[in-house]
Amino acid sequence: MAPRTVAPFGPQHPVLPEPIQLKITYEDEKVVNVVPALGYGHRGIEKACEINEYPKNIHLCERICGICSCMHGISYCEVVERLWPMEVPPRAKYLRTIWSEMSRTHSHLLWLGLLADALGFESMFMQFWRIREKVLDLLEMTCGSRVTQSVSVVGGVRRDIDDEQKKICIRTLQEVRKEVEALVNVLATDPTVKARTVGVGVLTKEQAILLGNNGPHLRASGVKEDCRMLGMQAYGELGFEPIVETDGDCYARALVRAREALQAIDLQLEAFSKMPEGEIFVRPKGSPPANEAVYRCEQARGEVFYYAKGNGTRNLERLRVRTPTFANIPSLLVMLPGSELADVPIIVLSIDPCISCTER
Amino acid sequence: MGIIQTSQVKSPWILHFCNSSCNGCDIEVLACLTPLYDVERFGLVNMGNPKHADVMVVTGPVNYRTARVLKNLYNQIPDPKMVIAVGACASTGGVFHNCYNIMGGVDKVIPVDVYVPGCAARPEAIIDGVVLALQKLSKAVGVAK
Ligand code: SF4
Repeated sequence: MAPRTVAPFGPQHPVLPEPIQLKITYEDEKVVNVVPALGYGHRGIEKACEINEYPKNIHLCERICGICSCMHGISYCEVVERLWPMEVPPRAKYLRTIWSEMSRTHSHLLWLGLLADALGFESMFMQFWRIREKVLDLLEMTCGSRVTQSVSVVGGVRRDIDDEQKKICIRTLQEVRKEVEALVNVLATDPTVKARTVGVGVLTKEQAILLGNNGPHLRASGVKEDCRMLGMQAYGELGFEPIVETDGDCYARALVRAREALQAIDLQLEAFSKMPEGEIFVRPKGSPPANEAVYRCEQARGEVFYYAKGNGTRNLERLRVRTPTFANIPSLLVMLPGSELADVPIIVLSIDPCISCTER
Repeated sequence: MGIIQTSQVKSPWILHFCNSSCNGCDIEVLACLTPLYDVERFGLVNMGNPKHADVMVVTGPVNYRTARVLKNLYNQIPDPKMVIAVGACASTGGVFHNCYNIMGGVDKVIPVDVYVPGCAARPEAIIDGVVLALQKLSKAVGVAK
């Protein structure tokens, strides 16, 4: 038997900007065992949410993760609205949906770029990120900020999209769709991409369900499961159908995300065409009552679960967040053993890990 | 003034380290490297290895676990070096100032040369910060910029 070596992968490493450490045991070039070591990104946001008053928590929750920032803010508002309970105006629901899907588009494009980078496909990385800038421009135009949008408040949204902006959005989204489609065709058919991803890091349907995975990662293993099917926000009226692949390898996961990026653009265009006129905000009265509520939201990386408990004061008694990457990390322990050292970065990347979400 | 000092200022290599940031500033740092902002035309290259780096770009507040890693990386970068704290939370702790696991800004652990404001800091601001750092670096190595 070849001697075994234990080498740490991270916390500072070239595939991800974020600090995650995997202690990997190798036998020659083969991975035999993996132990994730987390905790580098822990800040203590859940506790801080008990110290701050409830409207201020929106900003804190948005900074749980900067990539899915918009959807974290929306999820926090939705859970507090369920705690009350109160109903937001229909136009606000549509606006939230549009911004959610916009951030999904930018997040998936970001991931596709990182994947190309991990494969050494530098030009495709640059192309994906170039297109992504257009989506960020739309976010900046409609929300006022590129990354941390801060548009959602308890009771509705802070900003409206007027007709002028709507026209620009629709035009840009159509352009973006065409460009993404062309790039995705390259990604899906390129022999070098296929050689590196097909059959790498296979996760079967049974394993995925057993490990409690979620999001695009789970859908790539053939499970039709998506929180948007619950019809929250405006998804119920948009005729949403989840995207499923059955192979469960890195290639399938890339395809799911690529097709979801396109689908997200379609959903935005449809939401723009169906968006009703009217109010965008109702003022909540008093403090959150002594009550508890949960909310599930489908983020770019999977399902995020919010639990909030109020006690009648202006502070929440407890806020609990369960993030998608937390559910997807265990699958690394199944996918990595048996793989080659050179494939480790791609497999780790294929779960689209967001460490700052996981550790908060 | 030797060739090494000149090239250090003309083509500085960057080490990007993410403490416990929210990723917001990290993706903006990455966005600087991509076609719209493209800092590579100024010779800036993102490096994974601290021993190759001249400029350290740090995002996110320091927590009790990353403090040791940050110090470690800082000590591995050869002198003269510059440290840029990108974002409100890397500068002061920002929105996380009252979280229990946060020590505060990067300057609690290592000396910082340039602070870039913003939450998230815009790519323009980051590039501005890098330019400022380079002016400082050129003074430190004695090269006219
Ligand atoms: S400054 Fe703001 S956006 Fe940047 S890492 Fe800190 S919290 Fe995130």
